[in-house]
Amino acid sequence: MSGILNSSIGRKFAMALSALFLMIFLLQHFSINILSVFSPDTFNEVSHFMGTFWAVQYVLQPILILGVIFHFVMGFVLEIRNRNARKINYAKNNGSANSSWMSRNMIWSGLAILAFIVLHFYDFWAPEINVKYFKGDMSGLIDPDNVDSGFRYWEELHHKFQDMWRVILYCVAFIFLSLHLLHGFSSAFQSTGMNNKYSKGLQGFGKAYAIIIPLGFVFIALFHHFTH
Amino acid sequence: MNLTLKIWRQANANDKGKMVDYKISDISPDMSFLEMLDVLNNELIEKGEQPVAFDHDCREGICGSCSLYINGEAHGPDRGVTTCQLHMRMFKDGDTITIEPFRATAFPVIKDLIVDRTSFDRIQHAGGFISVNTSGNTIDANAIPVNKHNADDAFSAATCIGCGACVASCKNSSAMLFVGAKVSQFALLPQGQVEATDRVLNMVKQMDEEGFGNCTNTGACEVECPKGISLENIARMNREYLKASLKG
Ligand code: HEM
Ligand code: SF4
Ligand code: FES
Repeated sequence: MSGILNSSIGRKFAMALSALFLMIFLLQHFSINILSVFSPDTFNEVSHFMGTFWAVQYVLQPILILGVIFHFVMGFVLEIRNRNARKINYAKNNGSANSSWMSRNMIWSGLAILAFIVLHFYDFWAPEINVKYFKGDMSGLIDPDNVDSGFRYWEELHHKFQDMWRVILYCVAFIFLSLHLLHGFSSAFQSTGMNNKYSKGLQGFGKAYAIIIPLGFVFIALFHHFTH
Repeated sequence: MNLTLKIWRQANANDKGKMVDYKISDISPDMSFLEMLDVLNNELIEKGEQPVAFDHDCREGICGSCSLYINGEAHGPDRGVTTCQLHMRMFKDGDTITIEPFRATAFPVIKDLIVDRTSFDRIQHAGGFISVNTSGNTIDANAIPVNKHNADDAFSAATCIGCGACVASCKNSSAMLFVGAKVSQFALLPQGQVEATDRVLNMVKQMDEEGFGNCTNTGACEVECPKGISLENIARMNREYLKASLKG
């Protein structure tokens, strides 16, 4: 078992596990965000719970951050190894004859997602950490000295998407996320060794997931932009 | 047919190599691709030039010797065939055809279009066999019952001819389809299960040491494989490997 990351199959297995974890997280993130469209109050309550409950903050959040870091670092490691496996390229290569664009460009869709994550951290994570752990305001209120001011989460989210450029960048990033997952979802199962009578159905489900979830995020961003 | 050929010429392993253009005429659409190259080589020899070196042996799609990356695809544009089975009728009069060697760090060029595929042999030597004594007391093959479904899958896996088109087609030069087929062929049969753990660990170790890339599951190998070896074999190898790693 030791040194499994030293083998090609072990590395791909670890890559797939981190990816499956990220896809479960994405579903959870989406479920909470979509509440902001239907019910600002529910969205606020869930956000406050997620933002202040110790298990989420001190257990799940670090695991998630490590998971993301592991995934993209391993993505780079695999990419470098794969490039070294062919030092002289073909003068003519007809890749589209045998494989999808998405599958051949996971590193580029991945890099687009990484750029998005940096922006997303700057937009939401960094301010949140600042308010809660540097300023020490755990109240979640718009005005911490006024209990009647209401929760700040929905307000902050709603205002972030006033800026058209931010909305455009988010939407572009979600398209890359969709492309990443259109190949990645079923690829992750194949990497773990799962290829059986359920694989066809799972592939269909994966395609649906890879389109519906990113499109849902696009919808949420547009919703907040246009309801201003 | 009249054709323009762009062919990779490289005098030896250390030569830098380059693409060279050749014109060729009066090619019959019924010729095989290798026969077309034979015609070219005859002309080159008559002119006193070096013929183009390429691998071939059986010329009927069973030995796995022939290779070539033709117009950006291993074994050319047709499906389920090797280059020796590829017909010139797949091309049109006036076409330009680009012909390159299979490219991979683990398949270094020996000369022109011939590459060294002994890395595949070394993977086979690492475990692609079963240790049975066949002299004297051979047991009847039918004495051990094998589930029909497994027998069929094992047979399909065993049709891999070790040509290396999977590696050549893969953007990562991964050998997972070849090794997956070789592992599966035994993993599916009771005779292969005795050495299953060591086999998969050793073959994958050798595969990695040879410098093949990792699998991104693009599926290019399965499409280009002349024997239609399925990606299921890669998933099976992954399972076998993970199981074996847990054991030892
Ligand atoms: C942070 C930036 C990211 C980078 C740089 C990145 C990069 C990559 C790369 C290069 C691969 C292909 C690995 C290979 O098989 O060769 C990959 C696979 C994958 N990624 Fe990402 N990725 C990122 C984020 C994400 C996110 C946020 C998700 C899901 C929500 C995700 C889901 C997947 C899946 C499902 C696979 C397929 C795993 C497999 O083939 O076993 N990735 N990623
Ligand atoms: S798996 Fe297919 S492409 Fe690869 S070596 Fe075997 S026959 Fe050739
Ligand atoms: S020459 Fe034997 S397979 Fe083509």
